Amino acid sequence: MATAVGALAHTEEHSGLWSWLTTVDHKKIGALYGITGFLFFLLGGAEAVAIRTQLAVPNGTVVDAARFNELFTMHALTMIFLAIMPMGAAFFNYFIPLQIGARDVAFPRLNALSYWVFLSGAVILTSSFFLGGAPDGGWFAYVPLTGKQYSPGTGLDFYVVGLMVLGLSSLLASLNFAVTIINMRAPGMTLMRMPVYMWIALVVAFLLILSLPVLTVGLIQLLFDRKFGTNFFTPGSGGDPILWQHIFWIFGHPEVYVLILPAMGIVSEVLPVMSRKPLFGYSAIVFASASIGVLGFGVWAHHMFTTGLGTVPQVVFSASTMAIGVPTGIKIFNWLGTMYGGNIRFVTATYFAVAFIATFTIGGISGVMHASPSVDAQHQDSYFVVAHLHYVLFGGAIMGIFSGIFYWFPKMTGRLLDEATGKLTFWLMFVGLNLTFFPMHFLGLAGMPRRIYTYDAGLGWETWNFVATIGAYTIAASVLVFVVNFLMTMRKPRTAPDNPWDGATLEWATSSPPPEHDFDVIPPVHDRDPLWYMRDHNIAMPAPPEHQHIHMPPPSYFPLIMGLGVAMMAIGVLSTFAITALGIVVVIYSTWGWVLEPTD
Amino acid sequence: MGSSRSGRAAIIIGSLVATAILTWAIFVAFADSANTPQTTFIPASVQAALVRDAYMIIFILAGVVFFAIMAVTLIFTLLYRERPGQTALQFHGNSKLEVVWTLIPVIIVVIMAVPTFSAISETSKAPPADALKVVAIGHQWWFEFQYPELGLTTANELHVPVGRAVSVTLESKDVIHSFWVPQLSGKVDMMPGHRNHLWFTPTQARPEPYLAQCAEFCGISHANMRFRVFVRPAADFDAWTKSTAADRTAPTTDIAKAGEAQFAASGCVGCHTVKGNAAAAGTVGPNLTHFGSRTTLGSGVVDSNPQNIRKWLANPQNVKPGALMPNLNLSQDALDKLVPYLEGLK
Ligand code: HEC
Ligand SMILES: [Cu+2]
Ligand SMILES: [Cu+2]
Repeated sequence: MATAVGALAHTEEHSGLWSWLTTVDHKKIGALYGITGFLFFLLGGAEAVAIRTQLAVPNGTVVDAARFNELFTMHALTMIFLAIMPMGAAFFNYFIPLQIGARDVAFPRLNALSYWVFLSGAVILTSSFFLGGAPDGGWFAYVPLTGKQYSPGTGLDFYVVGLMVLGLSSLLASLNFAVTIINMRAPGMTLMRMPVYMWIALVVAFLLILSLPVLTVGLIQLLFDRKFGTNFFTPGSGGDPILWQHIFWIFGHPEVYVLILPAMGIVSEVLPVMSRKPLFGYSAIVFASASIGVLGFGVWAHHMFTTGLGTVPQVVFSASTMAIGVPTGIKIFNWLGTMYGGNIRFVTATYFAVAFIATFTIGGISGVMHASPSVDAQHQDSYFVVAHLHYVLFGGAIMGIFSGIFYWFPKMTGRLLDEATGKLTFWLMFVGLNLTFFPMHFLGLAGMPRRIYTYDAGLGWETWNFVATIGAYTIAASVLVFVVNFLMTMRKPRTAPDNPWDGATLEWATSSPPPEHDFDVIPPVHDRDPLWYMRDHNIAMPAPPEHQHIHMPPPSYFPLIMGLGVAMMAIGVLSTFAITALGIVVVIYSTWGWVLEPTD
Repeated sequence: MGSSRSGRAAIIIGSLVATAILTWAIFVAFADSANTPQTTFIPASVQAALVRDAYMIIFILAGVVFFAIMAVTLIFTLLYRERPGQTALQFHGNSKLEVVWTLIPVIIVVIMAVPTFSAISETSKAPPADALKVVAIGHQWWFEFQYPELGLTTANELHVPVGRAVSVTLESKDVIHSFWVPQLSGKVDMMPGHRNHLWFTPTQARPEPYLAQCAEFCGISHANMRFRVFVRPAADFDAWTKSTAADRTAPTTDIAKAGEAQFAASGCVGCHTVKGNAAAAGTVGPNLTHFGSRTTLGSGVVDSNPQNIRKWLANPQNVKPGALMPNLNLSQDALDKLVPYLEGLK
């Protein structure tokens, strides 16, 4: 059997569907994550547009209450788990090996598995729309509303199972990234010579490794409450709904940093390169990121200030939340310090990065404002919080991701996105995001609660809601312009130079796009900005040896099969446990094949 | 232009002016939205005023930080745009600056913490002994208010006297709801299985109600779960308690008498209490003893008037999606009797 498995595994092909299904190349997997994440970003955006259309005028009738509740729940889940996280993972996948001077991640097949598991989770979660209704209890799914008694439908089961599967995927990916960064750096790349982006990848990996198990435990408890009538969260039977909130937010707050830190990392790459000077305060940014990672686990109850926490916890969590504003502030100052005295090349990537500083700062400021429990008693669950979180996640995470797309596109595809169209995308998105989200501050202040599908006229909410809806359409237009730019650019020949921006980090030392083995020779690292060091000291890139054989892991279809097995296990929970049993068999089979598969 | 001294000065001054105008415009918009019916910014109780004072300090700080960061970002953007002949300074950082800008946010949050913690300590004190005690119970999707010391129960409209502390015990019958009257009190959740508390001392009596709305997502009609708080002079409040503690006005007209019979025949009595009508002792739905003197229907979704009452009875889910009062398929005749009966429950 082992030989049979081996013979099958050597189906080598370099393009075509089969090569994508069996790839273990971090760049291809990165591309898969990126494309999938972007498609879900479009879906989440469509949900947002539907929500804003409903709320454009008082007593809107575009969607009904039940549909609206599905839409806002799925909008959040889609954007968080199916768009921002995978787009972040796309860049991590693609650039962790390239930035540390490695030929792939530590566990290439595991990497493929995390993608297939992610895709299963994403499809399962989204299919709920067609299979009896999407989850409609909000993305933090507070019990008892999400228990069987008050949500008897299947939507919440899709939520529980979908998030468990997605969590597994992120956990596998994070372990892989952490091991890769710790063990596979090029000679000379000490920890304090790593690009900031790599530091951030490491912090994000640890945040996920430590927080996802907590969420998984909570999800299993919720699943047991729903499926088997246990009472973890049922009041009156010894359970407690507050427990769910603690569990959820011990995951949920670190998750916020999982979403925003990658964008901070991208900006910390783009700003120095475009300013043509080293990053200001490298160690300060590294320590700030690490301390955000640590403090991030000590602030969760700020989401629960209104639950009757009591005075002492309120004061403690308020103080820790204010404290976490300090490293965030340090970062903003250091980015500005990086711009100071520069000769800044203003390309689209720079536009997004500089705008990120401004818009993320707005989200940061409002975040510190409701670190005060007294103020939060007025802000919590109002549109002020909606404004805040969108300035962090759109003004922060999405702006950072777009900066990264324009910055790294030539490396990933060998083609430069069109700059004029890029700047149009930027301006539409920048104006649109501020039109959409800034008025939400005013709405919150005027007492508009979040998650309402309708509101009456006469409360002073009409104007700003209408403006916000116009803003949402403007954002949609900006994304459309980007899609056109992408499609047009992909038809052009690969003419981008290897290092179009005079970047300092190792990914710019190889061809655009990089060869399968990433580097013909692993570049030497003498400095934090290795390519600038070589440029300034006239050190040439060492020539590759004449006859070299670089061994790369062969493609494998076992990750895909195991991913299918995991999907079956999940589908079984949603239908009949026989499918779960079958899924377990598939997972065991693929584990066996995986282990025995020859690696050369 | 950026290379010359005067060019730089123009950029800096221009950016400062532009950012100042932006900050001012935002401030005006904030002030404008503060002056709305459900505002969080115009307090009408001692405690809400305390919170507002902390809020003000924090708002001003936020405005200063906003102005500073936006202005610097704009100035650097314009000043250090690439220009022929300009070269980038090469340096890696500055430890003194790092210390300074670590201290700046520290100082800011300390300034925030002081009024915050003093407001918390003030609002977390026990209410005075003579406080009016109210139990507020969240139901999917309406509010029940009990005054245990006065022996009366009402729904969706809370009446309190001006100048006296009101101590509210918060409970929930089903899922989590949140009690939030922006002008009188910040929100505290109604947690099933827990008993939360808040208290406030209203300072301004007025004929119009203070508007309030459930602030925790609680299911399909969360958006329609609203209530009103009437702050009245003590004498008016006492008169209200007297009339509300009393039994329902007994039906006198034939049509009202027929209505009361219909009320029993249609099974309304199983879910609704009407004090004085011994048959009507249900507690699933709102207490209707003095329904006729309430201003709204269905926890604030519509005004209470004969047309709306009729619409409600004909099909509650039509008025309020998911409403837990069933559609009883009442005949036109039954509706003709019930509407005047309910209206007459003053
Ligand atoms: C199964 C229980 C049930 C029955 C039977 C029932 N109701 Fe209701 N009723 C409710 C509930 C629950 C509400 C609150 C709905 C809401 O606001 O979400 C309500 C609300 C009302 C209201 C509005 C109260 C207010 O202050 O907003 C009126 C009036 C009313 N019911 C009248 C009737 C009449 C008349 C009948 C008989 C024809 C009746 N109900 C039968 C459960 C019931
Ligand atoms: Cu948080
Ligand atoms: Cu609610």
